[in-house]
Amino acid sequence: MTDATQEAPMKSGLARIMMGPNARKAMIGVLSVVCGVILWHLASLRTSPLFLPSPLTVAQTTMEMVADGSLFVAIGASAWRISAGWAMGVVLGVPLGLLMGRFHVVRLIVDPYIEFFRFIPPIAFVTLAVIWFGPGEFTKIVLIFYTTVFIVTLNTIAGVSAVNPLRLQAARSMGATKLSEMTTVIFPSAVPFMITGARIAMGNSFLTVVSAEIVSAQTGLGAMIWTARNFGRTDWVFVGIIALGILGYLFDRAFRLATQKWFKRFLF
Amino acid sequence: MAKGASIQLDHVGISFGEAHVVSNVNLDIRPGEFICLLGPSGCGKSTLLNAIAGFLPVAGSIHVGGDRVTKPGLDRGVVFQSAEVLFPWLTIRENVEYGLKLAGVPKQERHKKADHFVALVGLSHAADKFPKQLSGGMRQRAQIARVLINEPSVVLMDEPFGALDAQTREVLQKELDRIWRETGCTIVFVTHDIWEALLLADRVVVMTAGPKAGIKTIENIDLPHPRDAASPECLELFRRLRDDIGEEVKRALEQQGLNKEEPVT
Ligand SMILES: Nc1ncnc2c1ncn2[C@@H]1O[C@H](COP(=O)(O)OP(=O)(O)OP(=O)(O)O)[C@@H](O)[C@H]1O
Ligand SMILES: [Mg+2]
Repeated sequence: MTDATQEAPMKSGLARIMMGPNARKAMIGVLSVVCGVILWHLASLRTSPLFLPSPLTVAQTTMEMVADGSLFVAIGASAWRISAGWAMGVVLGVPLGLLMGRFHVVRLIVDPYIEFFRFIPPIAFVTLAVIWFGPGEFTKIVLIFYTTVFIVTLNTIAGVSAVNPLRLQAARSMGATKLSEMTTVIFPSAVPFMITGARIAMGNSFLTVVSAEIVSAQTGLGAMIWTARNFGRTDWVFVGIIALGILGYLFDRAFRLATQKWFKRFLF
Repeated sequence: MAKGASIQLDHVGISFGEAHVVSNVNLDIRPGEFICLLGPSGCGKSTLLNAIAGFLPVAGSIHVGGDRVTKPGLDRGVVFQSAEVLFPWLTIRENVEYGLKLAGVPKQERHKKADHFVALVGLSHAADKFPKQLSGGMRQRAQIARVLINEPSVVLMDEPFGALDAQTREVLQKELDRIWRETGCTIVFVTHDIWEALLLADRVVVMTAGPKAGIKTIENIDLPHPRDAASPECLELFRRLRDDIGEEVKRALEQQGLNKEEPVT
């Protein structure tokens, strides 16, 4: 109490924004980025733009691509594929994981496939996916779905096995059936694991989407990075990479905010 | 409130694979009786309690209120030693309402009843908090409320106050005594604490050391409530129970020592 009243005048208004510990952390981050860009700039002075375009060139190219809308088209295409495939993967992975974790028979049936496929990276399936599903949108979404569903399923299974058995006993002694046990104890217990899985899957989806777009797409950030090669436009590659980085950051941020908002009570 | 139900244990044996933990236990518990179960660590007190709860299959038979126990049921409430069994994603009120919600009791009625039981254990001020925001003693009260709201005719308690400090324990013992009187339920209460047993129980059941643990002695505590621990009768009972349990603890330790040196064939 005394601390708060003493420091209250100092920590009000602008002073708090400027000097709060969070602001200081943010300042360090910003400074670090500025230094990095300066180093990049210095390095680019000693090489050709084809090898390493300067930050100014990249900024200029970015502005051009923003002006003609091509950057947003590319970002939109990639973001849509990731969102759609990832969402489908989560929606299927969670119940699959719950069933596998809960019912031994399901586990025995699905396990050999999971154990086999989990070590095959989605990229290995790009060619096959194009042959089967054509070069269209669906192919990319299927690959992201594949990426996601495994991670989410495996994490959900881990969550189900981590359920405190005493909580299950307690629920049973209060009248829980097999079904209500699932919805009221097992599912909530496994939520933190599902969230972890979904988050890792999100990261891996970026990996997959770029690979898939490089192999078979006219749109998207992966395609943009790849076509840059044909035109000798290294600056496009940089724009694509930076866009990917920012998009990934935003997705992760949004995901974290959403889980904090909707699943807060499950994150104990 | 639901009245207490009788419990009959008839030649009850419990094994985990080859390990025969409890064997040939016979015990008749009257409706509304308060039974304390004492015995050396590892003899099978929790196991026996879990069997009455319906968590374990048994040889012989267990009847509660005349019905044979085959699975867990709402007629038998279970209070666990650790309040970890509260659901951390639910508030105290939601935890307490859990059984009613499963039973499909309408919201209004659920709330009203939950308020009553939360108040009964003195947690009204903390009803909307989450378990992790509560102290150990408060959590244990919440667990008790969550069990009592289902109006079980039998309450099974496995060292419910074991993890609490002496002062909190004393307060909760008094509250339990009061609640038991108010509800009239039958209570089977496992404890290591002889004084606790003397304070609460109508009868104290002392178990023998395992394996194949059984009942060693049963003491009637025919003293009026509230009990005075310093009274000569209490001290005499304490001595007898201490000696009985001491013998079994010694046996248990000897057995463990022997088992280490030369495995019994
Ligand atoms: N699930 C199980 N599988 C195999 N053995 C078990 C299992 N549960 C308990 N046991 C054994 O049964 C015996 C009795 O255990 P129990 O937990 O009932 O003892 P207890 O009397 O409650 O001991 P404590 O006072 O320490 O709580 C122990 O020897 C224990 O090793
Ligand atoms: Mg025990």
